[in-house]
Amino acid sequence: MAKSIDVSDLDIYYGDFLAVEGVNMTIKARSVTAFIGPSGCGKSTVLRSLNRMHEVIPGARVEGKVVVGGQSLYDPAVDPVAVRRQIGMVFQRPNPFPTMSIYENVLAGNRLNSKKMKKAEADEIVERSLKGANLWGEVKDRLGKPGMGLSGGQQQRLCIARAIAVEPQILLMDEPCSALDPISTSAVEDLIHDLKDRYTIVIVTHNMQQAARVSEDTAFFNLKGAGQPGHLVEFNATKQMFTNPDEEATEAYISGRFG
Amino acid sequence: MTTPTLERPSGGDRASLPLTAPQLPPVAPLLSALMAVGAAVLVGLLLSWSLIPIVVLGWLLLLVVLPTWSLLLEGRRKAVDRMVTGLVWSTFALAMLPLLSLIWQVVAKGAPALSVEFFTYSMRNVIGEGGGIYHAIVGTFLVTGLATLISVPIGVLAAVYLVEYSSEGKVAKTVTFLVDVMTGIPSIVAGLFAFALFVLIFGPGIRMGFGGSVALSVLMIPIVVRATEEMLKLVPDELREASYALGVPKWRTIVKVVLPTALSGIVTGITLAIARVAGETAPLLIIAGSATSMNWNPFSERMATLPVFIFSSITETGRYPEAQTQRAWGAALVLIMIVMALNLIARVIGRVFAPKTGR
Repeated sequence: MAKSIDVSDLDIYYGDFLAVEGVNMTIKARSVTAFIGPSGCGKSTVLRSLNRMHEVIPGARVEGKVVVGGQSLYDPAVDPVAVRRQIGMVFQRPNPFPTMSIYENVLAGNRLNSKKMKKAEADEIVERSLKGANLWGEVKDRLGKPGMGLSGGQQQRLCIARAIAVEPQILLMDEPCSALDPISTSAVEDLIHDLKDRYTIVIVTHNMQQAARVSEDTAFFNLKGAGQPGHLVEFNATKQMFTNPDEEATEAYISGRFG
Repeated sequence: MTTPTLERPSGGDRASLPLTAPQLPPVAPLLSALMAVGAAVLVGLLLSWSLIPIVVLGWLLLLVVLPTWSLLLEGRRKAVDRMVTGLVWSTFALAMLPLLSLIWQVVAKGAPALSVEFFTYSMRNVIGEGGGIYHAIVGTFLVTGLATLISVPIGVLAAVYLVEYSSEGKVAKTVTFLVDVMTGIPSIVAGLFAFALFVLIFGPGIRMGFGGSVALSVLMIPIVVRATEEMLKLVPDELREASYALGVPKWRTIVKVVLPTALSGIVTGITLAIARVAGETAPLLIIAGSATSMNWNPFSERMATLPVFIFSSITETGRYPEAQTQRAWGAALVLIMIVMALNLIARVIGRVFAPKTGR
């Protein structure tokens, strides 16, 4: 079951430095939401706070509320490990585990959590996840080969397969295509289209056309100035965002008249 | 020295910049070497010098002849290049000289001592010819093996704490500093520490092989910590994050992702640390002592080891100095072979465990 995300009054700190302030938004279930904005405005920071990956960085902390399917993520009783099992993440640079084969990489989430499963069940998960990531046809004959031997675009799709193999409810993607060529990018975008029937997807992107192509809703983040915290400028349906945005700053950024 | 500059074409005709220049033939270095050596030998024979001055003269001549030839034909830049190349090769040869002569000496003097008896007999009741180093080989393996068993868990876990858990706090800085200090501890001090410790526990005059292991692990732990720390730092944070994002707890991430990725480097570091302490003499002399009989029990009585065996063979020659010296050379050869084998094993392990790219 895909779930929606409610973010209210979210402030994110790195030590004493306030990186992002006052974010309020509702991310709909089974849809794609894109985060856009200039570098350093806190898109990735907000994304990482949605599955508590943010706090992996020493000194990082969060104030405010993130509610997923009625549960507050930052409640003291919540286990961040349990959160990350429900909310998967794909990173900017493909990062398959170098010691594992393609097969083991896909199963990493299950195996590393010491889930016991039969061979047939494991095979089925691998095939389903790789098919889901549009990679099955390219690798089905060499599942035992190291994941690092694939091309960059294939590695990224392998990472997506690895993320969906644990069947999360939400998939966060941090600039998943920024290291990929146009063909691989289009493969990943097709994949996002296929996945949104089952998952809630949040994607950070620098590519405005990509945001327009894949997302239903778009959030535009901006900085007031250097050293100032980032903030959410506008959250709107993508169609409206790219044709008739509410805020002037959004229009300036989207049309390239930024700064 | 002025800095070399690109030579401008004479006459300022920029349109016809010459891209070809005269070059020495490829055999020029060999030819100059032959000439230099020939001249040196000739001078040496005329003045009836010994070998070493002849070699030095030949080398000096070569360093002069080739660059001069090059200067006349090829120009300044290439002459300097040939001269520096010559100097670099000379320093390399100089560095290899002691190593090769050491190996040559040990092999030449030690090889005659090797025999089946040498590897299968101890020195029990042997006076004069015969006997062997079986007891010392077993002792070295027992003592260093136990030292490895002690140091590897402590060293690797300490490094895991430093890299994965400490987040660069005060404790980590202190531990890192202490590890650095420990790296510099003279081995005799490590031996005295182990001796003092075991005297406190078991009373004065205690000798046991295990004490030697404790002393060696004092020397080994900092090396293992350092090697492991460096290797763990090389594991990209992206892999840790990828694992966390799959909902894997931190300890499983370390055990299943971080350590396997760094495994080849860690194992290589450990093997080199073993090779480093296997040849230690001073601490073993103090706490493990020396013995002529086989002792399989590291927890009681004196235990012979190869370095101590070499030391005592040379220092306590008795009435059969020749037999003693020959056994010492033989033991030295065996010790070098063991250390060399460990180095080779480290390389093989590094290859086998290295993350594969499949390309």
